[in-house]
Amino acid sequence: MEIGLNHYLMLSTILFCIGLVGVMRRKNLLMLFFATEILLNSVNIAFAAISHYYGDLTGQMFAFFVIAIAASEVAVGLGLLVVWHKRHGNIDLDQMSTMKG
Amino acid sequence: MFEAFAFYMFAFLTIAMFYITVTTSQALYALTALAAGMIFISAFFFILGADFLGAIQIVVYSGAVMALYAFGMMFFDTTRSVKEKHGNKLIISGLSILAALLVVVIFAAPLVSTNMEAFYPATEGVGNTQDVGMVLFTKYLVPFEVAAVMLLVAMIAGIVLAGKKMDLSLTLMDEAELAQENATRDEENKKVLS
Repeated sequence: MEIGLNHYLMLSTILFCIGLVGVMRRKNLLMLFFATEILLNSVNIAFAAISHYYGDLTGQMFAFFVIAIAASEVAVGLGLLVVWHKRHGNIDLDQMSTMKG
Repeated sequence: MFEAFAFYMFAFLTIAMFYITVTTSQALYALTALAAGMIFISAFFFILGADFLGAIQIVVYSGAVMALYAFGMMFFDTTRSVKEKHGNKLIISGLSILAALLVVVIFAAPLVSTNMEAFYPATEGVGNTQDVGMVLFTKYLVPFEVAAVMLLVAMIAGIVLAGKKMDLSLTLMDEAELAQENATRDEENKKVLS
């Protein structure tokens, strides 16, 4: 049985679903970051598959930039999380309601 | 045949690992499962012939990002299990599947058109890494440099946010304040050493 582009897109969809469920049900911010990593990775698979099946390198280039963005997001996000944890002692999403009007 | 076997095996492993990541209540299990899932994803890149992307996936995600998370977890109390939101499960699943289908439609819409041709076609007779280098340093040079600047900004932001006493500027202090600062630091160092 031949593996086609649709197989990879289906896999990407399933992983994206898992990531979205993680984003919606997690309360701990560290776990929320893990779920965003899953989202970015699922999109990377779709990019690489399209790049392969059309013989085009653009998809791989975009995957590189997605990886670069993910790395910087983790650096800044974890820094902010450390500051928040120092100040409040927890990293629960429900506690971050100070900006609520 | 071999490709199909590899695809289904790694698809199963990746989905299982990421499922553990989003459902477990232990932060350490989630971190380990996520690292394993990242490595399994690099297998897809190798199957698809994107060798350089696979290597980058292992080095950046499983190496740098996971190490960063591991160091970050040392700051937080990760031994207690994580409390979960208890929302409506049906709405959550429905919204997730809807959003994922939307992503696939966005990806698949250009593919339906028949006159699709490669913008930067892969060169014959060179490896993937050389090919990526040629395209990245000619057509995508400006985004590459911008990404480099963005990573630098992110690095400085991480240092400033997580470091101690980053709100003080040693260059803007006058002599008296500097002497005071040095004295307190010596005191602290002595306390730590004794």
